[in-house]
Amino acid sequence: MTINQISIFLENKFGRLSEILSILRHENIRVIAATVADTSDYGILRIITTDQQKAFQKLIEHKVSANMNEVVAISVDSCIGQLSETIDKFTQAGITIEYMYCFSFNQKSILVIRSSNMAQANEVAQKNNLNTLSEAELINF
Amino acid sequence: MASTEYWNEELETMSRPNLEKLQIERLRKTVEIAQNSPYYSEVFKKYNITPESIKSLEDLQRFPFTTKEDLRSHYPFGLVSVPMEKVVRVHSSSGTTGNPTVVAHSQRDLDQWADQVARCMYMVGCRNTDVFQNTSGYGMFTGGLGYQYGAEKLGAVTVPAAAGNSKRQIKFIMDFGTTIIHAIPSYATRLAEVFYEMGIDPRKDTKLRIFCLGAEPHSEEQRQRIEQLFGIKAYNCFGMSEMNGPGVAFECKEQNGLHIWEDFVIPEILDPVTLQPVPEGEVGELVLTTINREAMPLFRYRTRDLTRFIPGDCPCGRTHRRLDRFKGRSDDMIIVKGVNIFPIQIERILMGFKELGMNYLITIDTVSNNDEMTVEVEVGEDITISDYTKLQNLTKEITRQLKDEILLTPRVKLVEKGSIPQSEGKAVRVKDFRKNH
Repeated sequence: MTINQISIFLENKFGRLSEILSILRHENIRVIAATVADTSDYGILRIITTDQQKAFQKLIEHKVSANMNEVVAISVDSCIGQLSETIDKFTQAGITIEYMYCFSFNQKSILVIRSSNMAQANEVAQKNNLNTLSEAELINF
Repeated sequence: MASTEYWNEELETMSRPNLEKLQIERLRKTVEIAQNSPYYSEVFKKYNITPESIKSLEDLQRFPFTTKEDLRSHYPFGLVSVPMEKVVRVHSSSGTTGNPTVVAHSQRDLDQWADQVARCMYMVGCRNTDVFQNTSGYGMFTGGLGYQYGAEKLGAVTVPAAAGNSKRQIKFIMDFGTTIIHAIPSYATRLAEVFYEMGIDPRKDTKLRIFCLGAEPHSEEQRQRIEQLFGIKAYNCFGMSEMNGPGVAFECKEQNGLHIWEDFVIPEILDPVTLQPVPEGEVGELVLTTINREAMPLFRYRTRDLTRFIPGDCPCGRTHRRLDRFKGRSDDMIIVKGVNIFPIQIERILMGFKELGMNYLITIDTVSNNDEMTVEVEVGEDITISDYTKLQNLTKEITRQLKDEILLTPRVKLVEKGSIPQSEGKAVRVKDFRKNH
């Protein structure tokens, strides 16, 4: 299964991240995962929240340049070699990973993966019995 | 039936020889009137110009040029050619430095001007059954009253909404069933945004059908965007306060060049440096002589606007020559690293990208003794933000196309929607921070 991620175009401007996150706070939306990367001119903020549809709609209403796209979230045990093994499954199937973010706590790791072919990536996860999470599961993790 | 196509068929379709005969006659008459102005009486003496000495259009070459500076240094009424009791209105340009330029009008001048504007509007399909809303500033700015009297002469219902307050504009458009709008292009874009923010689709929910776009040079791409946003036909209008205001030249339904009304002005296109005529069809500065104005005639007025005559006849049947879309103003031109650049060239490229919005800003600065040009452009609705490669490729492609057009490589910066300040007046497109500029 795949889940929705919101990508936001961020101009490199002091305080812009605060402004965007405060939009979500005022709408009572909790951010579950977030990552910001930057180039010299702009950044992309990627977020997963407790209510993606509403978050997306509110951001658009505030004239934020944002897109919604699919990612797959996988839960694995947090032990040596797990990340490596999981990624290998995609490599063996010939799937390119465009970007990924992951974090570990309570002996579990969660990987959020974006591939250029999400349908195939999802198929690989199912075939290999990887523990993909739904949005609801991610929220209650 | 041909007569329904033209406001004044005889004048609009007059044969070239007859039109030239009319021009010579009117030029002679105008010289006669202008002899009464303090300014031109001296000029004419110096250059041996008399009404009788005008035999052909070539005689115009003997006249010296009139510039904005001449108007300023004879502020306010030094060029007025009729007794002041015949003057009924003055208009003035927005002079940011020194004296503004003033143009005085008699009642006859105003009537002729209204007729000229009515002719333009009629040409693009406006009729007395239309509801015309004018979003121009009224007052001294000619886009307000100029269109007002023209549209009244045409017999349309006029809505003198004036500038700004977009929600109120939209309320009028909805309540009065407005069919025709006059707006500057940057404001038309702004208005579309407000429409969509309010959840109204101007293509379906209004009766709008024609836009008259004026006062700012704009690209064909920007016109097409405005046409798509509103589901209307948009026509380019050229005017300037020194030449009355709107209505000097106007596109016909062919949307291929603006007919310049040669029974009102004699147009010349000259090399801005040598001031000699350019070969037919080449770009140069538009120089105009009024031949249907009494209170303040102007001879060989340097407009600083760059354009060219479109060679050949127009399928619409009008014999008045067509000016091409304006290339900018000779004084808007920016020189970066020795290259002459007009903002409109950059706009044309940016508008070709569907991923981009309509607002942009060109900044020029000195970086380690070199000119550096930065083009900031807002991203649009349709941009895909999910990955860097796409954004970077987009930036690269914009840079490449700009380089092909202006022959130097600007720094292209994508910025968020709404981050470039938008005015409800003329848009500021260039900021030059270089020393010595």
